[in-house]
Amino acid sequence: MEERPLEYDYTVAKWFLLATVGLGVTGMLLGVLIAVELAYPQVNSWFGPLAEYFNFSRLRPIHTNSIIYGFVLSGIWASWYYISQRVLKVSMRESKILMIAGKLHFWVYLIGALIIVFSLMFGVTTSKEYAEFEMPLDLAVAVIWGLWGVSVAGMIGLRREKSLYISMWYFVATFIVVAMLHIFNNLEIPTYFFSQGTGKWYHSVSMYAGTNDAMVQWWFGHNAVAFVLTTPIIGMIYYFLPKESGQAVYSYKLSLLAFWGLMFVYIWAGGHHLLYSTVPDWMQTMGSIFSVVLILPSWGSAINMLLTMKGEWRQVTNSPLIRFMILASTFYMFSTLEGPIQSIKSVNAIAHFTDWIIGHVHDGALGWVGFMVMAGMYHMAPRIFKREIYSKKLMNAQFWIQTIGVVLYFSSMWIAGITQGMMWRAHDEYGNLAYSFIDTVTVLHPYYVIRAIGGALYFIGMLMWAYNILKTMGSREVSEEELRNASPMGA
Amino acid sequence: MFHWLEKRPFLFALGVFIVTSFAGFIELVPSFAQAARPTIGTKPYSVLELAGRQVYIKNSCNACHSQLIRPFKAETDRYGDYSLSGEYAYDRPFLWGSKRTGPDLHRVGNYRTTDWHEAHMKDPAAVVPGSIMPPYPWLYTNMADINTAFDEMVAVKTVFRVPYNKPIPMKDGSTVVVKLPKNLDEAKAMALAEAKEIVKDMKDKKIKEQVENGQIPEIVALIAYLNRLK
Repeated sequence: MEERPLEYDYTVAKWFLLATVGLGVTGMLLGVLIAVELAYPQVNSWFGPLAEYFNFSRLRPIHTNSIIYGFVLSGIWASWYYISQRVLKVSMRESKILMIAGKLHFWVYLIGALIIVFSLMFGVTTSKEYAEFEMPLDLAVAVIWGLWGVSVAGMIGLRREKSLYISMWYFVATFIVVAMLHIFNNLEIPTYFFSQGTGKWYHSVSMYAGTNDAMVQWWFGHNAVAFVLTTPIIGMIYYFLPKESGQAVYSYKLSLLAFWGLMFVYIWAGGHHLLYSTVPDWMQTMGSIFSVVLILPSWGSAINMLLTMKGEWRQVTNSPLIRFMILASTFYMFSTLEGPIQSIKSVNAIAHFTDWIIGHVHDGALGWVGFMVMAGMYHMAPRIFKREIYSKKLMNAQFWIQTIGVVLYFSSMWIAGITQGMMWRAHDEYGNLAYSFIDTVTVLHPYYVIRAIGGALYFIGMLMWAYNILKTMGSREVSEEELRNASPMGA
Repeated sequence: MFHWLEKRPFLFALGVFIVTSFAGFIELVPSFAQAARPTIGTKPYSVLELAGRQVYIKNSCNACHSQLIRPFKAETDRYGDYSLSGEYAYDRPFLWGSKRTGPDLHRVGNYRTTDWHEAHMKDPAAVVPGSIMPPYPWLYTNMADINTAFDEMVAVKTVFRVPYNKPIPMKDGSTVVVKLPKNLDEAKAMALAEAKEIVKDMKDKKIKEQVENGQIPEIVALIAYLNRLK
């Protein structure tokens, strides 16, 4: 143990925090825009000669990618460059190499993100969901991931605290599994080198065909959700909630069970994206069963977090920051119950291909991931900028506006999804289909409007969050004292 | 016991890797060979169809349209026979989609025609009142990329041995040969010949003229692809 506290260096954490704000606002704005395009399709044509680039089908992948790999991933990395120093008891100042790797990580990532946005806008895509980038960009992603790996391995290698804290388990798992998924799902053959080479140099064709490609894609797709939108976020809450509340984690054993349980079970569940498809039946059944089992480790983490607040529930009333994290944890439980329900084959027969799935994704992404990322940034801001959070009132208002937004979002999508699923399968008394496809589209209009409103409310909350963070950064009062638990907040 | 592991990051990471890769190995590896066999009547893509497929991908049509008919009465009534694994044998990447904002397209070639697509892509709501699909006017002005389609044909033939130039058994007992062009000029000539067949059923004078002059707008390639989905 050192006598005096380490001087941590938050340069890279700060950069990623700002990227989280920028990419988060962009991604949410795109989300609102495409929600409006679905409710009022004429909006697609408002862009005139640029309509090709602002069309729903082009923007949708940009929305998903900028949220998952923009907002969330930079939030995760901001947290990594902050948390890892503190729980491993290493300052980034101690190693030039780690500092350079961290800075390089940020810049390569940011440039890569910008190129990706434009490439998708121009229709350069492989069409595989959440893996749309063409081959050269896949290689760039591998480099970015490797640079993060330098930090993960380096920080852990230099650590003074010998035992890895729970958050570190989740970050290590994220690093390993996403690397594995990314490599195997993106195995591609560049077509340029096989003939006279007159076509597009960046075009590639998947190593796998048809059903095999689908299996690999959803093994990837499901677990990209797991290891970008779940495990690192659990790692974040395991650090930020105890730190902000001053409470010890409720149970070490429960965290062990939840961690190893999640590692083992999650990967199997990818098959639930392919129920009633042409993949082998046994795989579909496995996907279904393991999805239901997945409730256990998921709820294990969530309950561990909620019980951490045992005896300190008044903090939920007093601190909007604690409230963000508790609601995030609750939405995590909610979403991980809903997912298994949708994975049951007979439910999936109705839910698949409908807006119910979109609703599920968003109660997880907005309610759990979004809230937790924003809460993490709120917790770090006073410590990185050495200033109190600009406004507690604004944070409070943001909390309620966004909560209403999420509720409007998922409830409208549930109704839309189940309505459409039931209408698709309805037969009349003579055994003919009761509705033509277009009937099942026009009926959804009111729900699409409500969804757009819900999304807009969440977006307004994002703007309040961004404003609050930027105001915190720009305020004049500097406090040099080391902050213990609850983050200081202005009125 | 676990405290011991948590002090040894390398072994810890190895443990995570084994526990997580296990499932992927068991699920993916055994069924690979079996699922890749084409059904009778499934033939490789021609050069124009492949260019059209690339247009489909470029515009993320799969964001709203599935190509997977599930084995339910309601689906077979609406879209035709349920999908079989072997029908996707030449699909790289697969285009099943995950959301049906619009209808399934796996057998759209059975019930929609060239002129229907031509009118529909220009203004979907005029053809299907109430449709929320946006118009795609740029398909009529952008040119299809035959060069890249040709590259892809050669690549899949070389690497995956896609049976171009070989007799493909069809359902009625006959065989069909899909020719791989020898060079780019031949590829362009073949694409143009296919395009000429398609524009016979189209109304747009400008498109007809362009094809007459040796150009192939994206819409023609896309229709070639959609017509093939049966």
